[in-house]
Amino acid sequence: MTRGSRQVGLPPWLFAPAAVGALFLVLPLVAMLSRVEWGDFFGLIGSDSSVAALKLSLRTSSVSTVLCVLLGVPLAMVLARTTFRGQQLLRSLVLLPLVLPPVVGGIALLYTFGRRGLLGHTFEVLGIQVAFSTTAVVMAQTFVALPFLVVSLEGALRTVGGRFEAVASTLGARPTTVFRRVTLPLVLPGLVSGAVLSFARSLGEFGATITFAGSLQGVTRTLPLEIYLQRETDADAAVALSLVLVFVAVVVIGFARGRGAI
Amino acid sequence: MTFELTGAVRERGVDLSLHVDTAEVLAVLGPNGSGKSTAMSLIAGLLRPDSGTASLDGRVLFDLGRPGRAHVWVPPHARGVALLAQEPLLFPHLSALDNVAFGPRSVGRQRSASRAVAQRWLAEVDAEEYADRKPAQLSGGQAQRIAVARALAADPRLLLLDEPMAALDVAVAPAVRQMLRRVLHDRSAVIVTHDVLDALLLADRVVVIDGGRVVEEGPTAQLLARPRSAFAARIAGLNMVRGRREGHGVRSHDGLFVEGLAEEPVAEGQEALAVFRPSAVGVYREPPGGSLRNVISVTITELEPQGDQVRVRTADLSADVTVAAVAELDLAPQTPVVFGVKASEVAIYRA
Repeated sequence: MTRGSRQVGLPPWLFAPAAVGALFLVLPLVAMLSRVEWGDFFGLIGSDSSVAALKLSLRTSSVSTVLCVLLGVPLAMVLARTTFRGQQLLRSLVLLPLVLPPVVGGIALLYTFGRRGLLGHTFEVLGIQVAFSTTAVVMAQTFVALPFLVVSLEGALRTVGGRFEAVASTLGARPTTVFRRVTLPLVLPGLVSGAVLSFARSLGEFGATITFAGSLQGVTRTLPLEIYLQRETDADAAVALSLVLVFVAVVVIGFARGRGAI
Repeated sequence: MTFELTGAVRERGVDLSLHVDTAEVLAVLGPNGSGKSTAMSLIAGLLRPDSGTASLDGRVLFDLGRPGRAHVWVPPHARGVALLAQEPLLFPHLSALDNVAFGPRSVGRQRSASRAVAQRWLAEVDAEEYADRKPAQLSGGQAQRIAVARALAADPRLLLLDEPMAALDVAVAPAVRQMLRRVLHDRSAVIVTHDVLDALLLADRVVVIDGGRVVEEGPTAQLLARPRSAFAARIAGLNMVRGRREGHGVRSHDGLFVEGLAEEPVAEGQEALAVFRPSAVGVYREPPGGSLRNVISVTITELEPQGDQVRVRTADLSADVTVAAVAELDLAPQTPVVFGVKASEVAIYRA
């Protein structure tokens, strides 16, 4: 049905709660906008610690997005294109970080890669200290963002179906060729929107990061952590920095919507 | 013999054996869900049977579930079997030319050489002018032509066509069928179809599959003229009565007796078939007198216009009459009528 051609009308009472819901989501943003000190905006977001936090956030989120793609694409392929015992369980476990409180994720990471963690000793022998480093920031972000990419890509793979791949294989294409020349191009929109969502989720990551990586300026203090700290000393700077994140979020949503992904 | 297959898929109740000779086109007919598409997937390597063997030009494609034999399984890309499905399934991100060049590219040929091959096949299917178009810019008939070119450009030893005309407009199907007739000449191919025209125009030999088994096979013309399965009789548009030889006719299991001319000696009591064309059947409101040997009381279930004729259907038999006759006799569903057939119009042969 095209826009404007609705045949069945909505019950009129539906519009009131709908309006309340929309207001509830929009009003806080408006309130925040009204508090921004526009005169000194660039001064507020330009302090050394803010710039360091912004740079660190962009750098770590980019790296974790790349990691999400490198790990998430194979994972989504395995989930969408194969069947094996325990697949449903694996799918549920992969999606767990979506609903898990990030703090819990951070604690889980700490007990895996921290000094006293499951793999911590191994890492220590190798001379690698993961927890409370920039690496830990990237790991925390990847942990919470990976499911976004897997979900969005697995959906795209299932929508496209396996028929193009079947035809390609009967034309003589090996599995790697089919993956490269047929599967990837077909799900590219899903992959891009998955990567964008992962980037956005990484950029906003707070709980797992502060638990697993701490808050060292220039090393692990990303923009959300910086905003949280600034809020106590310099509320104007916190609002200005928040606006930067809102701006990035709007760009991300616009990009994903433009591709018809969400 | 170029291709041989026996394969069983327990889950789908399929247990088939097929063979295709060199440069032979085999049509596979059968009702929906009879196992035709399963057979195609088995040949293409998209489905693994529980047991069975297949070979193409002396090379084993699979050999599974035979005690004391090592399992052999050749994956789809290494079989030399190309599949053309009901929908063209052109890769939407590639131009028509690059779609056709996909096969040659996949086996490692250079881009320019592959495109040259693709150009040649596009010309072969009269689709050169669409080379630069994306699949979304093509009509169904154009896309299916290009899909045919793509399958042939992969240089398959065996081409599989799974109802290639089923998704096409009635208006464009004849042109695609003509094109297939041209390119299938001198090729080994298997075509799954519902359409008796496809079988007649494209195939040298027909197998009929029902319930996952081959129930009948033979040269196309012979099979359609003298069907032995109910399905083949239906798609050939013939009335068929199956029963036992009795006197000058055949007595069906529910008591219907049809007299006719035996084409071959059929012993009394032997399983036999009586076959006659709907156009050989006369329709009457009252039993006619005279020399008519077969007078059968039936009730009309359906009237179906076919050109300037109307096919009068009953539970088991059909008759073709003119529109004027329908009006004159006041025929309608539920009307009890009498079918009359001359014995000389009925062919009797062994089942």
